[in-house]
Parts: sequence; structure tokens; C-alpha cells
Amino acid sequence: MSRNVRWLVVSSLVLVALVAGACAAPAAAPTEEVPAGPTGSIEIFSWWTAGGEAEGLKAMSEVFAARYPDVEIINATVAGGAGSEAKAVLATRMQAGDAPDSFQVHAGHELIDTWVVADKMEPVTFIFEENNWLGVYPPGVIEVLSSGGEIWSVPVNIHRSNVLWYNKQVFEDNGLTAPASLEDFFDAADTLMAAGITPLALGDSGVWVDLHVFESLLLAHLGPEADRGLWDGTTDWNGPEVTAALEDFARVMGYVNADHSALSWDQAAQLVVDGDAAMTIMGDWAEGYFKSVGLTPDVEFGYVPSPGTAGSFIMLSDSFGLPKGAPNRDGAIAWLTLCGSKEGQDAFNPIKGSIPARTDGDRSLYDVYLQSAMDDFASNEIVPSLPHGAAASEGWVTAAGDAMTLFVADLDVAAAQTAMAQACVDAGVCQ
Amino acid sequence: MTQRLNPMRIGIYLLLILFAGVFLVPVYVLLSSSLKTFTEVQDLSRLWSPPSGLYLESFRSAWFGIPEKGLRGLGPNLLNSIYLTVPATIISSMLGSLNGYVLSKWKFRGANVIFPLMLFGMFIPYQSVLIPLTQTLRAIGLGGTLWGLILVHVVYGIPITTLIFRNYYAEVPTDLIEAARIDGAGILGIYWRVMFPLSLPGFVVVIIWQFTNIWNEFLFAVTLLQKPELQPITVALRNLAGSQIKEWNMVMAGALIAAVPTLLIYVFMGRFFIRGLLAGSVKG
Amino acid sequence: MTHARRERWIAFLMVLPSIILIAIFVYGFIGWTARVALSKWDGIRPDYTWVGLENFRHLLVGQGTTARRFHIDLWNTFFFTLLFMVACVVAGLLLAILLDQKIKGEGIFRTIYLFPMAISFVVTGVVWQWIFAPGTETRLRGVNALLHNMGLDALRWGWYTDTTSIGPFHVALIPVIIAAAWQLTGYTTAMYLAGLRSIPDELRDAARVDGASEIAMYRRIILPMLQPITLSALIILGHISLKIFDLVFTMTGRGTGFVTDVPGIFMFETTFQGNHYSQGAAISIIMLLTIAVVVVPYLIYSFRREVEL
Repeated sequence: MSRNVRWLVVSSLVLVALVAGACAAPAAAPTEEVPAGPTGSIEIFSWWTAGGEAEGLKAMSEVFAARYPDVEIINATVAGGAGSEAKAVLATRMQAGDAPDSFQVHAGHELIDTWVVADKMEPVTFIFEENNWLGVYPPGVIEVLSSGGEIWSVPVNIHRSNVLWYNKQVFEDNGLTAPASLEDFFDAADTLMAAGITPLALGDSGVWVDLHVFESLLLAHLGPEADRGLWDGTTDWNGPEVTAALEDFARVMGYVNADHSALSWDQAAQLVVDGDAAMTIMGDWAEGYFKSVGLTPDVEFGYVPSPGTAGSFIMLSDSFGLPKGAPNRDGAIAWLTLCGSKEGQDAFNPIKGSIPARTDGDRSLYDVYLQSAMDDFASNEIVPSLPHGAAASEGWVTAAGDAMTLFVADLDVAAAQTAMAQACVDAGVCQ
Repeated sequence: MTQRLNPMRIGIYLLLILFAGVFLVPVYVLLSSSLKTFTEVQDLSRLWSPPSGLYLESFRSAWFGIPEKGLRGLGPNLLNSIYLTVPATIISSMLGSLNGYVLSKWKFRGANVIFPLMLFGMFIPYQSVLIPLTQTLRAIGLGGTLWGLILVHVVYGIPITTLIFRNYYAEVPTDLIEAARIDGAGILGIYWRVMFPLSLPGFVVVIIWQFTNIWNEFLFAVTLLQKPELQPITVALRNLAGSQIKEWNMVMAGALIAAVPTLLIYVFMGRFFIRGLLAGSVKG
Repeated sequence: MTHARRERWIAFLMVLPSIILIAIFVYGFIGWTARVALSKWDGIRPDYTWVGLENFRHLLVGQGTTARRFHIDLWNTFFFTLLFMVACVVAGLLLAILLDQKIKGEGIFRTIYLFPMAISFVVTGVVWQWIFAPGTETRLRGVNALLHNMGLDALRWGWYTDTTSIGPFHVALIPVIIAAAWQLTGYTTAMYLAGLRSIPDELRDAARVDGASEIAMYRRIILPMLQPITLSALIILGHISLKIFDLVFTMTGRGTGFVTDVPGIFMFETTFQGNHYSQGAAISIIMLLTIAVVVVPYLIYSFRREVEL
């Protein structure tokens, strides 16, 4: 290679590198911060990157933009299932002292035992008080949001965990009615097995799904008050009701599709849609799935509370909190005020497919299932959900998930019960 | 010697075709899924069935996004990937070349220890360094910036690029170096006059390897760059699959789009990859 | 300063930036990880309180779910690494030998075998998950559906949903190994092909003239000459498989009963979902040590060889 060519090669390489870096540089410049008053920009961190969640978030952002036209919303989203990667990203950021203005977090112990305990959050009780929200939110919800006498996040929505969805045609063909108790469920399951239909569709490639089904069984055996006691140490994990719940879970596993660990929850729901399976126990985001493939609630699919849990509402909630050191605190508070308002929640929830956390939502905006959920929410006993961050800390949830992973494979009730009890101890709640 | 079509030759071709078929199975799935509608792609029992029609909407939504629904497309992030991968590849290749040259031709005290110590950097599990990495980058003012991520890829690319170049340069006969010395060249002059001109095959291997790895990398990108405008295409792709209900046809279409640059590189430069490996970087 | 000494200084300065960067970003971070592994940091707030080897004890010899999971992980990683390396080396060698036979369309075949390396693990993980999804008797999916259509029902099985194990080997790992081998066989093929091409024709012609059969020639001459390639391929493949995360996480996750769980997944989940930072760090250190056990002897061996030469 001649000298000139070599020089040309090297200088063009260097030039390309510099130009590329320079082109990228403007995008990397930090946005200007404007202190005081809802102006400037706010960075909202969530994992709502696609689907109904992203759409709902957009709708709510538009309401915000109408209220505060001078504030720019930076939508910092990181996808990853139920936020596992988002949480990793958030954790590294918060530890580095680089908090967003607000971030999405499950209401309850996921927030409290992760961020509040680490002294990274400001209480938002004052926002509730200033806006007279304490009468509008059910006391059960306020309880989930609170710790140490303060409220720590503003819930945008409520989802229900303990719902049994079923294919109406399959039930009709087999002369079945929606089961009310666990015995009804097992009777129906036997009938379906005889007819060659999978009674319960399960898609537990995500380990949380096992916990999801299990918590309905726990509730059926314990009742709402004792169930709540599981999470504050007043109910014994080594007790007979927990044993019974585990035994029922082992029994349930005899009625599920053999390929459950290869399916996600929505692929399992698809089995119900196709009539390969009759029922599935899943949160009410399943309704969003059924509707996305063209079904209508109460027409092709029906819904009842999980067997044995009528009168109780296992809740989970997406909420937003106020981190300490939020760069634009006033903007963050404005955002939180919107999240907790009727206008914000009625903009978000109909699109997302959940119900408002407030009791004064506009019913006409919601479909027939969501309306029934709203009714139940207002009247039922409220129980916090385990896999969805309300009932227990993340460390506890992962330990419970590990126990479930082993249990679903070996169906060893005693080992699972010991492991679950140990998880409570390790979480610092049980003795 | 002309090759006659005897049973042995036929056998060879059959085996190659069989393997090629197996290798192409996932590509078929990827391609056909991207052309299916949402309800079609959800039906996994029809995984092997070809799409009922050429539904190109997925490609459109994957690229442009659906602004009305708040869905970001991949388009803007493709440039980010280029802004990330090109400088990182070039810089890590240059560093690898210089390091490889020094460590293969110049014995200074400790050179024998430095190389294995450098090499060991290749072996750390990347999840474990996420936290100190973010804190360190923040401390030097590069937190959340593209140049921070470029630096990260350069640093973790040093071991493999150095390895490839060192082995490559070890094959260069010392006579060439002696000749340059006699001409009066010093250490840098020798690099410039002798080594660099010979380095093309080495650079090809290194550039192909680094470009692919950096382009496809996800973990560092998602942790270190939060602003969606800065994120490379791998993160944007993951965000397409971010909802509770994943639209796989769109995700697969997006995956194909994201894979185009690396595919092109392998299609067009594959033979140079072999030649580069052949020219000496092959041996342990 | 003499000319030679000045040159040695310049040589040192040329590699100094890399040394500094590696010192911080590799060894500094390893040091930090070790410190955390010896602490009781649990939760978002850093806690460097010294607890000695407690985390390691808990992982390796504890009584609870953690140790059960970690033991399974260690076995899974052992079998995965072993079979994956064998698969890539054998398939790569075979394909390279085939491609070396003056094939028409060699370029096309080579591109097909090489380009899986071009696609991200995160994407291929999902595709392989679908391919190996077993389905049920009434609704077969993936490969099982294909086998049924070909009349090969006897070959159907649960793939990665199968929780059986042969001793400590979980058969569910097989589809994961196939997926990983698919992705990286192109690399070994390229290496071996280059190696084969570097063997001079005279050597082969001489062997043939001496009356050796093709197979004997391969066995006695060519394969031994490819040994250095095999060794370096094993190192590269070995360290990828010991650290593996993206592919398994996206394809199967941990699996029922942890049948496809690997330390990389355990580390990620326990750190970023469970917030058990010290436990995650301990897992990282153990991963690092297993890799070191494999890699360091190789480094020592190859340096001895170089010194001899």
C-alpha cells in the first residue's frame, strides 16, 4: 500500500469516527432544567412500551399536555415483561443518584420494601390531602399504598387477579355452569377431562403465573382476612389451610395442558379461545387479550371470581411515586395529581383495560366486564396480590417463585410449604 | 483434476444441503411470522404454515411505529445503532491492532503478563458489572450518553481484538521488521510502514466480529441509555415486544429489519472473514 | 536513554491506555464484585457489612431453595457447556471438511452456515422457543407437529418442557444446546475451513502418493494439524457457554423445576428482581472462578508453548 493510500485510509477512518461521534453528540446533550412551577420537562419512567398500556399512557400524557402546555414529557420506557429489565435499569439509575421525575411501580410492598425502605421516596400523603382523595379511594387501597402512616404512591389503575375466564360454548356443549366453589371446579374439570378437553389452560413460562394461580387457591382456603394475615406475619404459613391450598394446586396440575411451561399466559388464553381448553385463571388483562382476537365479553367468553373466592378482590395496581431528588419536583407533583384525578384515570383505564382506583370513575366509559369489576371493587374485601408487588417485597416474591418452580415439577407439598414459610422468615416478616 | 459426480460427491452435496435446510429453519419461521397477521401468528400449531398473504403492515408499524397508539418505531433507532457501532468498532479495532503489534513484537518487562491479564477481561459475566459500570460512567460524566456506551464497548472489545491481532502479527516474519529497522524506522515507523499495510485481513476479522457483537448487544445498551432517542435498535426492538400482549408478527418484522446490516456484512464479507482467519489469526 | 530503552518505553506507552481501561473496568469491577459478594447487601441501599463467606455457603451448601437451585444450575452449566462445545466442534469440523471439497456454490453454503452469528440471541431465543414448543396431543406445535406430519410420532417428546433427568443431566437442555449450536457452529466452521485451507496441498498430495486413503490422511495428518484451532475454539465457546444468559433467558427461562436454569439467569433474577445484590455478586464470582479454571490452564499452556518456540 503506498504512503498516500495509507494516509487516506487512516484519515478517513478517523474522520468517520469523529463525524459519527459529533452527529450523535447533540442527541446526548442533557435537556435543560427549569426549576420551580410546572414548566420545563418531566421524565416519566415506565415499562409501557407497546399495546394498550402504551396507548393508555399516551392518552393520559395528552391530558397532561393540555393542562400544562409548557411542560415537555419525556417518556423513558424500558420494556421487559412485568418490568424485570426496567427494574434493573431503574435500580442502577437510582443508586447512581440519577432519579427520574416519576416512575411506574406496583403499589404496595414492591414499592415500599424496595424504594421506601431505602429512603429514596418522598411520601405523597400531602397530594392525597390537598386533593381530598381520601374519601374517593377505598380504604383497602389506601392500606396497600401506606406504610408507617404515610402514603407512598398514586395508583392509576386497579387490576383484579382472581378471575376465572371460560369459553361459553365449551361449557354449554358439556352442560356446565361456571363453578363457584373449588369442588364445583373439580367436578367440572372431571367432566371436561372425560370429554377430551383440557379443563384449565396454564401458561407458566413466566414463573409469576404459578404464583398467580396459587394465590387464588390460598384465598379460597383462608378467606380474605387470614389471607391478608399471610403478609404481615399474623397467619401461619405452616398452617393446615396453606397445606390444603398446596394440595389443591397439586390436584389442579393434573387438569392442565401438558405443555404449560412452553406457553405464556396469553398463549394459554388462546387455548381457551380455540376451545382446546375450557378455563383459565388469570388477571383481567386477559380480557384485553380476548378482545384483541375479536371476542366479546359475555358473548364468547364468561367470567367469574376464581373458585371459592367470590366476595374477595385480589388487587394489584400500577402506580407512580415521587422519588427524592426528582429533578423537576413540581412537574412530578403535577403528573401525580393527574394520575390520581378522575380525568386522568378515565383517560387511561378504558384504553388500558383496567378499572380506576377511584370509586367515582365514569362507568359509561367501561365495557361490561370492567363495570362488573368496578362493582366488585367497591363492595368486596380487598386482598393484595403476591406476584404483582402488592402483598410482599420483591425478595419474598422471587423466593416464593423459586419454591413454586420446584413444586410444579415435583408436587412435593411438604417441601413447598417449608420453602414458603422460610421465604416469609427471610423477608423479615415472620419469626 | 475435474470433479466427477460420483456417489461420494453426491453424498457430500446432500449433507451440505441437509445442514443448510436445518440452518434455514429458524429463518423461515422468522420470515413467515413477519408476514402473518396477528391472529395467524398467535396460532402456534400453524407455525410451519406459510402466511395466508403478504401482510406487510407489520414491517410498516415496526419501522414507523404507530404514533396514535404511542408505539415508537425502529426507524429513528437505526441511526443510533450506527452512531454507536461504527465508532466503537473502529476505535476498538485500532487499539487491538496497536496492542497486538506491541505485544507480539516488542518485549518489555511485564509484556508476558500484560497479555493474559488483558485477555482475562473477555471472560467476565457482563451482568455483574452493570452497577459499578453505571456508577463509574456517571463519575466521569458519561452517564447516559452515547459516548459512555461507546467507551464500554471499546473497553470490553480490547481483549478479543488484541487477541486476534496479536496472533495475526505473530505470523509476520521478523525479517520484514529487521529490514525496516535497517532503513532506520523506529517502533512507530515499523507499525506504519510494515504492519499496518499488512493488516487488512486482520482488520476484516476484527471489524466483522466487533460490528456484529456491538450491533446486537442488548444488556449494556438498555442499562446505560435510557432516553428512547438515544437507544440503539436492539433496545427499540425489545420495546416493540413490551406490552402484556405481544404482537409477534410485528416483533419478527422488526427483528428482520434490525438484522439487515449484520446480514449484509456476512453476505458480502463472509469470504474475507475466512481469508482473514486464514491469514494467521486462526491458530490459538 | 538508549535507543532500545526508549523504544521499550514507547511500546509500553502504546499499550498503557488499554492497561488502564482494563484495570478499571475489569479488575476494578471484579474487586468491587468480590467485596459485595463478601457483604450482606440486600435491597436497593448498598450495605458493605462484612459477612465473610456466608453468601457462598448459602449457595453451595445451604439447605434452602437457593442451594437447590444453584446445584441444579451448576450441573446444567456443566452439561450444557460440554455438549455445546462438542456439538459446535464436531459439526463445524464436518461442515468445514465438506466445504473444503471444492464445492460449487461454496459461498452460498458458507453464508448460510455463518449468518446465524449475525442475528441477536434475543431474537433467536424466541424463534427457537416456538420451534421446540411441544404442544399437546390434540394440538401439536413446532417440531412435534412436523414429526407427526412425517409419520415420526415415536420421536415426539416434551423438549424443553420435559422435566426428566438422566442422573443430574436434564434432558430439557437438549433443545437449548441445539439452538446455541445453531448460532455458533458457523464460527467453528469458519475457523476449521481456514485451518484446512492453510494446510499445503503438497502435504496432502504426498500422503496420497504414499498410498494413504482419504480417511487415514484425515486422521493421521489433517486432524492433528487442526488441534490448535480446536483448542482455541473450545476456549471461545467455553467462555460463551459458561456465561450464557440472553439465549436461555429468552428461549426457555429457568424452566419448570429449573431444568434449563443457568447461573447467568440466577444471577440476573436474584440481583435485579429479588434485590439480593450480595447473593448475585457471589454467583458472579463463582461463575468467574469456573471460567478461570478452564481458561487459565490454557493460557499457561499456550505461553509455555510460545516460550519453547
